[in-house]
Amino acid sequence: MGKLIESAFSEDDIDRRGFLKCMAWAGTGAFCVLQGGVVKSFALSSLPRNLAALKGDLSFVQISDSHIGFSKPANPDVTATLQEAVAKINALPTPPAFVLHTGDLTHLSKPEEFDTLDQVLKSLRTSRVFYVPGEHDVLNDNGKQYRERFGHEAVGEGWYSFEHKGAHFIGLVNVLDLKAGGLGTLGKEQLEWIENDVKKLKSSTPIVVFAHIPLWAVYPDWGWGTDDSEQALSYLKRFGSVTVLNGHIHQTMQKVEGNVTFHTAMSTAFPQPQPGTAPSPGPLKVPAEKLRSLLGVTDVNLVHGKHTLGIIDSPLDSGMQK
Amino acid sequence: MRSLLVFSTVTFSAMLLLIFGLAAASYPRLAVTLADEPANKNEVKIDNFNFAPATLTVPAGTRITWVNRDDVPHNVISTDKKFASPVLDTDEQFSYEFKDPGTYLYYCSIHPKMTGKVVVQ
Repeated sequence: MGKLIESAFSEDDIDRRGFLKCMAWAGTGAFCVLQGGVVKSFALSSLPRNLAALKGDLSFVQISDSHIGFSKPANPDVTATLQEAVAKINALPTPPAFVLHTGDLTHLSKPEEFDTLDQVLKSLRTSRVFYVPGEHDVLNDNGKQYRERFGHEAVGEGWYSFEHKGAHFIGLVNVLDLKAGGLGTLGKEQLEWIENDVKKLKSSTPIVVFAHIPLWAVYPDWGWGTDDSEQALSYLKRFGSVTVLNGHIHQTMQKVEGNVTFHTAMSTAFPQPQPGTAPSPGPLKVPAEKLRSLLGVTDVNLVHGKHTLGIIDSPLDSGMQK
Repeated sequence: MRSLLVFSTVTFSAMLLLIFGLAAASYPRLAVTLADEPANKNEVKIDNFNFAPATLTVPAGTRITWVNRDDVPHNVISTDKKFASPVLDTDEQFSYEFKDPGTYLYYCSIHPKMTGKVVVQ
């Protein structure tokens, strides 16, 4: 599979066939890189070479959808696969500045599930982990426990922003107060906060937004989108580079729309079907030897001056191409 | 053989109750007895991110049971805040007795695309 994709992509652009491949699960053996609003893709077998080429002023890692507590056949040991993701991150040639977890830390919001996640991520070789909640982290208590554990510096119902090496990071919450028949929701209070938060920034500041449910309409029929994301993005129109990182759908997808590049990450726990290919979303049972190729981590590099972000999705099992 | 006999008796009683319109007082208990029967008409099955049947019409006083047959957690939340289940993991269930006639809309607040309706006559 790796060879097929390699030949479908050119070095500086991708064709339609390549893009479709890129949208598929990372298990196809491809990983995708984002630079200057253009998606570039490379075969997994050439990872080391490309890693060096993408070295920038800032690199960080995104992980997502760990679902600690899940034990169904799709992955009976989600703690082990999270540990594998951690090992993979710890083996990166340059330790990431920090790690972003884009939600669904747990499966059922149980205290012991949060404890396990916390414990596993303590062994990460990085300075800090930033979180946003998924819908599985706010069950029964509207996210109170999640915020007590992970939202100390957050405002409102858990959103916040921070600066790192000239880039502005915004963590959003779109899994609370969901309305019947609707999608993910940011809500009025959070939208106002976003508008204020970016007001003071220069338009040349690279912006990275991260939230659990995609902030673009991936597949509304399955609830894969956010009702009021358009308004949030309208506040970011004047910025030269906006990168949106999401989880929730347990597979990689990318879309470029003007100055905004959207990206979803794999899960560290279990894959989900591609949109419309199954009666519903949900854990996808794949042969055991294939599972690790469908789980993974996302490594992001910021290259200063160019204001571009390079993104690599690495399946947990990247040895399969060698 | 014995369980088959019990089942037939219960089914027969249910039919009798329906025919004679005596449902109001005794039906709720009957519904609990039959909770594990897939054909129970007072049961809403949650599977593949769907409530089935999406609309259920019942006489007043009926106790409806939702059973989660999906491999992800769901809940059952009244749009008008009249009832709310805890989060139901796989094979967990929730029951609510509908005393008053009316139309009751509900959804899964974890996956709000999932909506359903109970019509109580």
